[in-house]
Amino acid sequence: MSWLETIRTGVNGVRSHRLRSFLTVLGILIGIAGVIIAVGLGEGASGQVTSEINALGSNVLTITPGSTTSTSGIRQALGSASTLTMSNVSALASPVDDPDIKAVAGITSSSEVLTAGSETATTTVQGTTPSWLTVRGRAVAEGRFLDNQDVKDHTAVAVLGETTASELFSREDPVGQTVDVNGVPLTVVGVLTSSGSSTSTSSTTDPDDTAIIPITTGAERIFGGTSRNSVSSIAVQARSSADLTGAYQEADHLLLQLHGITNAADADFTITSQASLIAANTSVDHTLTILLGGIAAISLIVGGIGVMNIMLVSVTERIREIGLRKALGATPRVIRRQFLVEASVLGLVGGLLGVLAGLLGVLWLPGLIGDPISSSPTAAVGALVIALAIGVLFGVYPASRAATLAPIDALRSE
Amino acid sequence: MTLTDPQGIPPVRDAVIELERVTKVYRTGTISVAALRGVSLSIDQGEYVAIIGPSGSGKSTLMHILGCLDVPSSGEYHLAGEDVSHMSETALAEVRNRRIGFVFQQFNLLPSMTAWQNVELPMVYAGVPRSARKERAMEALGRVGLSGRVNHRPGELSGGQQQRVAVARALVTEPDLILADEPTGNLDSKSAADVLRLMGELHDAGRTLVLITHDVEVAAAAGRVVGIRDGLLTDNDQRYLESVR
Repeated sequence: MSWLETIRTGVNGVRSHRLRSFLTVLGILIGIAGVIIAVGLGEGASGQVTSEINALGSNVLTITPGSTTSTSGIRQALGSASTLTMSNVSALASPVDDPDIKAVAGITSSSEVLTAGSETATTTVQGTTPSWLTVRGRAVAEGRFLDNQDVKDHTAVAVLGETTASELFSREDPVGQTVDVNGVPLTVVGVLTSSGSSTSTSSTTDPDDTAIIPITTGAERIFGGTSRNSVSSIAVQARSSADLTGAYQEADHLLLQLHGITNAADADFTITSQASLIAANTSVDHTLTILLGGIAAISLIVGGIGVMNIMLVSVTERIREIGLRKALGATPRVIRRQFLVEASVLGLVGGLLGVLAGLLGVLWLPGLIGDPISSSPTAAVGALVIALAIGVLFGVYPASRAATLAPIDALRSE
Repeated sequence: MTLTDPQGIPPVRDAVIELERVTKVYRTGTISVAALRGVSLSIDQGEYVAIIGPSGSGKSTLMHILGCLDVPSSGEYHLAGEDVSHMSETALAEVRNRRIGFVFQQFNLLPSMTAWQNVELPMVYAGVPRSARKERAMEALGRVGLSGRVNHRPGELSGGQQQRVAVARALVTEPDLILADEPTGNLDSKSAADVLRLMGELHDAGRTLVLITHDVEVAAAAGRVVGIRDGLLTDNDQRYLESVR
């Protein structure tokens, strides 16, 4: 009996028990779809984080107040009362002390409500200096960016990110318009180009949902509260990626000195690089992917056991059919193949439908949960192969049971 | 008399079935039960033989051995000249496919398949090409008078019609032997008579038929009656018939 005939017989076997086959297939389907979505979620999340971190600018170190490396417990929580000041910023910017540092920007930021006419938008308002543009690797699409005069004169001006600009001024040209922040009217002097990485819908992580104001204006008129000289973070750009380590050491050394700290372990600031951020996030996402993938894999195994269970029931239930087929001349090998093909068909159909469901989920879910999911052809093909393998693997035992049945026992059973 | 073997294997002897001192012992744990205790039987090409015996006589075991569904514990069985007493499961399957057509009491049709697909089944295992299979299945169904029912599934056919489909399936491969195990056991008397008439026609057409039954009237349709009791063939067939009457 040819393979073609065997496959035809196997497919007929599956088709003649529609409901049961469908339920069996469902187990595989869910497992495969789960694997595809889990892998997609993991990859999507790490892709998003990486692009967000890259949007911070290239060769950038971020200095934040507080220490995470304390040996005596955390003395100061990250981002609490600032130990970083504008004078630290200017010291870091000195080319004599820090030859590897190209540009430095001190940043104070806060989430504020912006009002323009009847439109309002909640966004991250960042007080900074002109060097921010270079450090972050951004560009101005329209109008101009802050200049040193703005910082010096505490001018009431703002440069908007693309998302914020379109939220507040959907039709009009934003440049020259006025936005109110905490009752302070600011003139919009420019709009930034899109960072090209706003994959996310959440405002906290969208680099285009922001408003940039002079740091002095911010300290004096918008943010208030903390010391007017302090900054919430300092972004340091190295001259090149090769100078990143040098820049790190220079900044570390200088700040320790300025803060009068002799033991590096007592540092009241933390310097992070993009690479370390990416690494930390990647490892989190990796763990997440493994976790989700593991759960999906378990459900896939459960689906496989479902196939085996159904095939065993099928062998028992169709014992007369097996006996008859043997009486008519089916060899044990032919019977084994028939049941293996049936199990493989269940696995393959479940795999195909699972890939379909997984891809639909990849298309549809991001809109629902607000997180990107990438679709990976590798995962899809891999899932299909796994589904088929599960069908075959869990079909082997029931198939040999069927093959080794004695024809008389099979025929005799009522 | 010569055999015309479709497989081209040269005929060795005229006897289709030759059993020599065949025994069959079933062992369950320490208890062994002798179902056949030395059966010798020869059935010639073209004969119509009924094997008759009460339940527990060993006739089912004899049927299994004749049908190559089981092998004897000792003794020899030649089917169409071929020694099948010590064959492997795979070789036996091939012999069943080529040489034997079965008709069972329970019809044993596959419910998900139409009449012609059921008839086609043994040819699928014989490796007959698809187009030839359908043609031959239709022809066989015509011979049992079911040309108008070829696309019906077993559930849509009466018991008598189902058994005729089974007969068509048994004869479609042109086997050396048609083995019918209580073929009328599940039929009303009219359908039973139809099936027996069909068997008679097959005998007239030169087929070798072995009919296994416990029913004397059914056995009477055959040309020769062999009795079996307690695992042994009874010496005088006629005397056995009278004794059960």
